[in-house]
Amino acid sequence: MTDTQSKELKVQEKQEISSSAEQTTPGLVFTPAVDIFETEKEITLLADMPGVKADELSIDLRDNTLTLTTDIASAGDLNEEYILKEYETGRYYRQFTLGELIDQEKIDAKLIDGVLRLSLPKVEKATPKTITVKAG
Amino acid sequence: MNYRQYVNIPTWKFRSPLDELYRIRKQMEELYQDSTVPTQRAGAGVFPLINLTEDKNSYYVRAELPGVKADELDIQVTANNLAISGERKIAAVAEGARYHRREREAGTFSRMIGLPGDINPDKVDAKLKNGLLTVVVSKAEVAKPKQIAVSS
Repeated sequence: MTDTQSKELKVQEKQEISSSAEQTTPGLVFTPAVDIFETEKEITLLADMPGVKADELSIDLRDNTLTLTTDIASAGDLNEEYILKEYETGRYYRQFTLGELIDQEKIDAKLIDGVLRLSLPKVEKATPKTITVKAG
Repeated sequence: MNYRQYVNIPTWKFRSPLDELYRIRKQMEELYQDSTVPTQRAGAGVFPLINLTEDKNSYYVRAELPGVKADELDIQVTANNLAISGERKIAAVAEGARYHRREREAGTFSRMIGLPGDINPDKVDAKLKNGLLTVVVSKAEVAKPKQIAVSS
């Protein structure tokens, strides 16, 4: 009997970055889960970043390297006592190298419900020119 | 039989033979606790992971649910339990798209959280913002601490 319900979500532990270089501000840094897919016209990147507001996120693209960084400005201490703490909060950081040429003017970023949707349109490839040889 | 000779060895006492195993296990636990990287524990191992905090007046339940919309989420309060369930959908991609990476998952989730004290089921407030769910559950009046003045 096949189950028509969608499968149950399993817990995915937040991946923490253990880098040798020290961060300037103390705190944990996590790697967000991303989906990257590519069509003919553009590359789309979807990243899970719950609890991040649009002004805390910085996206940097230079030299074919794409860097996503968040800065939790409002982390402040809660005036509450912890009874159960199953996940940690912290900043997010992830870096990618892009092989394709990206049209930087048309990059579009949307942060909805804690999911970042980054559209990177590819540079339109120059149309191949055929060169006619004149007989002379 | 050289009784005295045997008693001097520190590990040989008149207790269960599993003492040695308990000692080794305790040392292994201490070994893991010393690491500076915080050990990640999944807690109940059920999605979503939650952080439960409290102050004098209410309990706060926080969960990270990126990509879940408010109407896809179902929250119920029964006695002292809070039930959170729903489905996380991932939008279908255009035809002919090629995946380079696929790390995010979609699926259903359901979790029941037992709160440690009596609560007031009429004053429960849930907010889903930026993929972070915060549920504020007010404690029942009898469960709030009351100051008692001492007369001398």
